[in-house]
Amino acid sequence: MSIMAEPSAEGRFGEFGGRFVPETLVPACQELEAAFREAWSDDSFRAELDGLLRSYAGRPSIITECHNVGADLGLRLLLKREDLNHTGSHKINNVLGQALLAGRMGKTRLVAETGAGQHGVATATAAALLGMSCKVYMGAVDVERQALNVFRMRLLGSEVEAVHSGSRTLKDAVNEAMRDWVANVSDSHYCLGSVMGPHPYPWMVREFHRVVGLEANAQCRALLDGGVPDVVTACVGGGSNAAGIFSGFVDTTARLVGVEPAGGAAVGRGVPGVVHGMRSYLMQDEYGQVQEAESISAGLDYPGVGPEHSYLSSIGRAEYPSVTDAEVIAAFQLLARREGIIPALESAHALAWVMRAAPQLRGQVVLMCLSGRGDKDVNQMMEILGG
Amino acid sequence: MSTTTSFGRMETEFRAKRDAGRKLLVPYITGGLDGWQQAIRAAAAAGADAVEIGLPFSDPVMDGPVIQEASQRALDAGVNINTIFDEARQLEVDIPLAVMCYYNTIHHAGHRRFAHLLVEAGIAAAIVPDLPLEESRPWCESADSEGIETIMLAAPTAPDERLPRIAARARGFVYSVGLLGVTGERQSLAASATSLAARLKAVTDVPVLVGVGVSNAAQAREAVAVADGVIQGASVVRRLMDNGPDAVGDYVAEVRAAINV
Repeated sequence: MSIMAEPSAEGRFGEFGGRFVPETLVPACQELEAAFREAWSDDSFRAELDGLLRSYAGRPSIITECHNVGADLGLRLLLKREDLNHTGSHKINNVLGQALLAGRMGKTRLVAETGAGQHGVATATAAALLGMSCKVYMGAVDVERQALNVFRMRLLGSEVEAVHSGSRTLKDAVNEAMRDWVANVSDSHYCLGSVMGPHPYPWMVREFHRVVGLEANAQCRALLDGGVPDVVTACVGGGSNAAGIFSGFVDTTARLVGVEPAGGAAVGRGVPGVVHGMRSYLMQDEYGQVQEAESISAGLDYPGVGPEHSYLSSIGRAEYPSVTDAEVIAAFQLLARREGIIPALESAHALAWVMRAAPQLRGQVVLMCLSGRGDKDVNQMMEILGG
Repeated sequence: MSTTTSFGRMETEFRAKRDAGRKLLVPYITGGLDGWQQAIRAAAAAGADAVEIGLPFSDPVMDGPVIQEASQRALDAGVNINTIFDEARQLEVDIPLAVMCYYNTIHHAGHRRFAHLLVEAGIAAAIVPDLPLEESRPWCESADSEGIETIMLAAPTAPDERLPRIAARARGFVYSVGLLGVTGERQSLAASATSLAARLKAVTDVPVLVGVGVSNAAQAREAVAVADGVIQGASVVRRLMDNGPDAVGDYVAEVRAAINV
């Protein structure tokens, strides 16, 4: 059985996961789990989703070998190009799956949280396509630094609400989306954007992103004479793109490296805690108050992490180093200048780790998930680097 | 151990008062908020049967704007469970006290240790709004062994088969969630407030109190037509923040009068 198989009946990956939600939401989580289980084993649902992924999202995404950066760093660098998907990131994989499922469950309204805006844009897109109404919660700080994505969501017909409570970033947007779900559970589906939250979300979202790992495994075997990369790496906030690509290699010899921001290193600096419906590593103070993450990247500005990543770390199957904002800025610029690819700041975290670890990776094949494109970050980088 | 003969302090008092025909009133007050101790004393003097002390948490997903703001104010003032428990010990009111806290506060402290801290602070019971029945065992076992009563919540979305299981695990009383939504004041009492209370009353002898969305004396009176009592949260906390502890006493007296029949 795969290391990344189904969680236990209680939604546990080892000692992580679970379903720590208000009573109001327990029946909704149970209903969602049953609906996902049924749909995921139904060929017609899978065919409908595959059709959308191909003809709407643009899958399969290609692999690009970075010859210039590879030569600079003394290794082979392969990028899984999730940035080329419709809406510009891997998020569309999960959102199309959940939106189809929500429709199948008779829900007419999607609720979502977003950090950088990528998941919000993807959800707004799916809602437009499938004729559902959509409300996206976004921390007030993020609304400001990702103004373009806010406008994009509104163009797509979604309502965007700025969240002013707490740290006014991603974690507070999750709180507000959950409050909305509690109040509107009869007609609304909470389209959670990462491999986090209460069971079945961490499992379901990973399954919707499994396509990334499946494609990448086949593509790598074709490129590497049947072999697999030495290292598979991806950035980790909640950890959805990492879960997707790891799922394709977890049962091979590849080393798995999830890269966290130094200011939001849940696995690296957290201790087990419970928030947003799950037990997982969590940055918290001595009284269990959840700490505010601080990262240049709005999408990774999250003090927790998906429970399956906590599990993979606890059993030693994956490692979770962190990189600083300065390293991320350098990686962002390197990929732009040497490969003509502007990465999302989130994805640049993985490259920042590759750059730092390069002396130890000499001659190895490194597969990196380029989870999103950097258009949304250009304004912010212009302020940092100067026009 | 028999569960039918050894009720804790809160459940013993609540059953006796209910059986004597009194409707139960439980105000909620955010621990550590300016004036909170005086507010609890005022509430006790004005006819509260117990007080629920909210332990401020960074991510209160079941709370609306008023209690969120109160929590944030208290956290910004530097309160924590040690300071709140120290101050709770000095209250010297003769009604039982409960805490309302999110599960990470317990999880982080350790189940057994947290239960013991409550005992030391003179607190009888705990309400944990993000700890549903399926995840409740580790905490409930520690609470039981320390004599802390765990008040379970039941929501309008629960299917019929779930309610007896929740009631069987409840100590003190069953918290009947009044509506689909978070804490806060509403224009009118939701129909679900009385319908869920009625469903619970049909399956359990444990006292049933309605909370979340019971916003004033008139709504409280409406709720106790079916329920054994009410919890008043945002309407109390708002008065404490806007008008101070005396206003809490006046309000509790007003609700007390309205539910005495």
